[in-house]
Amino acid sequence: MRCLRMLVRILVLLYLAGAPALAQTLCQPNASNGYRVRISIKTALGNQAYEWNENEMFLFRATMAFAMRRYYKTETYNVDNIIVCNQTRRVSFWFVVISPENPTMLIPKADVEKAVSMSRHRINNAFLLTDRTLEFLGIYPTLAEPVNPDTPPWLIVFGVVIGAVFAGIIALLVSSLLQKRRKEKGMMEDGQDEEDRQMKGVENGINLDGIYNRGFTDDDRFTKL
Amino acid sequence: MRFPKLPNPGLDDRIPSHQELERMEKEEAGDRPKWDNKTQYMLTCVGFCVGLGNVWRFPYLCQSHGGGAFMIPFLILLVLEGIPLLHLEFAIGQRLRSGSVGVWTAINPYLTGVGIASLLVSFLVGMYYNTIIAWVMWYFFNSFQNPLPWSQCPVNANLTDLVSECARSSPVDYFWYRDTLNTSTSIGDSGGLQWWMVLCLLCAWLLLYVCCLRGIETTGKAVYVTSTLPYVVLTIFLIRGLTLKGSLDGIKFLFTPDLNELMNPSTWLDAGAQVFYSFSLAFGGLISFSSYNSVHNNCEQDAVIISIINGFTSVYAATVIYSIIGFRATERFDDCLEGNILALLNAFSLAEGNITEGNYAESLQNLNGTFPETIQSLDLKTCDLQTFLSQGVEGTGLAFIVFTEAITKMPVSPLWSILFFIMLFCLGLSTMFGSIEGTVVPLQDLNIFPKRWPKEAITGIVCLVSFIIALIFAQSSGNYWLALFDSFAGSIPLLVIAFCEMIAVVYIYGIDRFNKDIEFMIGHKPNLFWQVTWRFVSPLIVLVIFVFYFVTKVSSNVTYIAWNPSSEDFPTLEVLEYPAWIYVIIFILAGVPSLVVPGTAMFKLIRRCCSNKNVYGAEVDTVSAKVQMFTTKT
Repeated sequence: MRCLRMLVRILVLLYLAGAPALAQTLCQPNASNGYRVRISIKTALGNQAYEWNENEMFLFRATMAFAMRRYYKTETYNVDNIIVCNQTRRVSFWFVVISPENPTMLIPKADVEKAVSMSRHRINNAFLLTDRTLEFLGIYPTLAEPVNPDTPPWLIVFGVVIGAVFAGIIALLVSSLLQKRRKEKGMMEDGQDEEDRQMKGVENGINLDGIYNRGFTDDDRFTKL
Repeated sequence: MRFPKLPNPGLDDRIPSHQELERMEKEEAGDRPKWDNKTQYMLTCVGFCVGLGNVWRFPYLCQSHGGGAFMIPFLILLVLEGIPLLHLEFAIGQRLRSGSVGVWTAINPYLTGVGIASLLVSFLVGMYYNTIIAWVMWYFFNSFQNPLPWSQCPVNANLTDLVSECARSSPVDYFWYRDTLNTSTSIGDSGGLQWWMVLCLLCAWLLLYVCCLRGIETTGKAVYVTSTLPYVVLTIFLIRGLTLKGSLDGIKFLFTPDLNELMNPSTWLDAGAQVFYSFSLAFGGLISFSSYNSVHNNCEQDAVIISIINGFTSVYAATVIYSIIGFRATERFDDCLEGNILALLNAFSLAEGNITEGNYAESLQNLNGTFPETIQSLDLKTCDLQTFLSQGVEGTGLAFIVFTEAITKMPVSPLWSILFFIMLFCLGLSTMFGSIEGTVVPLQDLNIFPKRWPKEAITGIVCLVSFIIALIFAQSSGNYWLALFDSFAGSIPLLVIAFCEMIAVVYIYGIDRFNKDIEFMIGHKPNLFWQVTWRFVSPLIVLVIFVFYFVTKVSSNVTYIAWNPSSEDFPTLEVLEYPAWIYVIIFILAGVPSLVVPGTAMFKLIRRCCSNKNVYGAEVDTVSAKVQMFTTKT
């Protein structure tokens, strides 16, 4: 009995010791079901950049587990299911996702991609980064849907300007008309005085040194075309 | 000794004498409009002279012809060509108190053609100039949103990627060529009217109509805003520009003198042409504006002041523009360098901050030494600040592509965009006032419309006809048509008209009589400088420029540049040759106004010979004719 229990314990220990090693072999650069992640903290945050260390890596694995949970709508994924390898100083690394039920089976690339795309915004925000500075090489960020307002804003401004212009034209034309009508009325009233003045000029002889007669315009001076 | 002049009988009968002018002045007789005050007149003239060319042509010429050294030919030709011509137009308008057709007909009835040529040129130039204002308005309407529509590429239909045409060129290029113009690939492919452009064109012409409705009564009020606002906006941009990174590089680049350029004849030619076109001479508008002045207005002083203001504005605008261009070039350089650094970091998985702008050159050398193949495969771009600065653009490219891009990189972009396009709008509108004046007043002088038609109606008809013809610029190929109009309608005919104007005043009207007129008007005879420039120097300069322009245009292959997304060098513009039928259009634009000058003279000669009528004045035959003579003398 005791021998059996010890054997089981040794097997369990071996398994636990070997599992990470096994898992580690699953994660390799250019793995068929893995993705490369590239992080540019200094570009994104400048002076307020944090340092990338093991804790940050732990957060990344936790976030990825969260993304997988969200995608599959299950609560079986854990930090241990995300394997990371080949970390460089650039801060770039490869990761793979292993299934919680079967530690030797990798989650296919397509599913990982969909999970990441679904929770991309949350993943970015966890690290205070953006699509450009937290890159999953091979997963293209879906572009934001363009905001299409019902009326294009330029039409609104155009409407305002055209309305003001029309109002101005009508106002000026109407005032011109009123001015002209007022002048005609005025001319008719002192038309009588003008005629008297004209008579006086002729009576004085050829010398027309009288009051300048505004009735004559000076457009006959130039020969017409 | 009297300066030689051609015989010109009957001149005294056609023009008011000095006594008549004094009397008209005292009694304020006649129904000719007048300026409310001197400020309105000066602002209108400044507005007419200062236009879009000061903002987008002069800076480019300055930078491409040796920077600070370009000032030398520019200032010399300003003094020898610009000021004398300006003074001449002011003086003759003020003396003969008429628009362009009236003035030249009064000097000699055979010279009516000069006035008609001015009318045609004002009409043609006004048409395409207002289309540029329509484009400015389109950008202005689109500036009331954040982010600006030309700051990012639109996404394609299935949201996977940016639109290909935009991704390959740039968001500003795409917005200009596709969203605004929806340009076709060649001038022959008309592509139909673009409804948004038609709306903007309508808005531009209606706005112009409301400002020119009653002639200088309304424009005189409008110029208080349109002539002063550009200076305010330029100052705001200068202050903003100087606080941006890289602006001083731009200004230094602009003004760094390269005295070798002075040996290049094209520098002097371009300077002369710029001075000439910048002053809006030969349009007839300045003569008209000057004729509304009082007789004893000091036109000599006005000419000098306006020339100085025009020159100063050109230099000031160039400084502002190049401070912003310097900022844009520095941004592009930084982006280019950043892109290269990122590529290197990614390729060699180095930590961030290992390669910075400071050690980029040596790091690249080191890496190239150890891993040359990798470096080759990266295909790094060469980033050179001087190249970015000398991507000098002029014309619509400067305003709608380069400057709009710079604006998107500034914080609070919509505000700067609105200010910039208001400034361009004011600059263009005040020039259009002169254009409309140069079109409407000769039409009235020629009695084409019945006399009792009010000025509002004539202005309305001119605006309506111009709008309808200008619809060709609202097509897909409109941009190419506009470039055509710009090259031919606004260049050769103006030089011809200016040359004829000077010959007419000096040799047909008589420079001695002209000197006496000026002495009567302003109190002293024009001094030796004016005499020499009017008689010899200015006509010679204009003739030289005309000959060179003509020869260059005729000898070179006439080509234009087109936007073609499917061409090989896209986004570089494609160089195409004009189709054969365009040459007819070119002849109409450049040839007809120029040929109208001798054509009208011959027409009148033939009419006189055929009908044997005395063109020069009423012959004293009948009693009614005697009365006619009397009334012309009062």
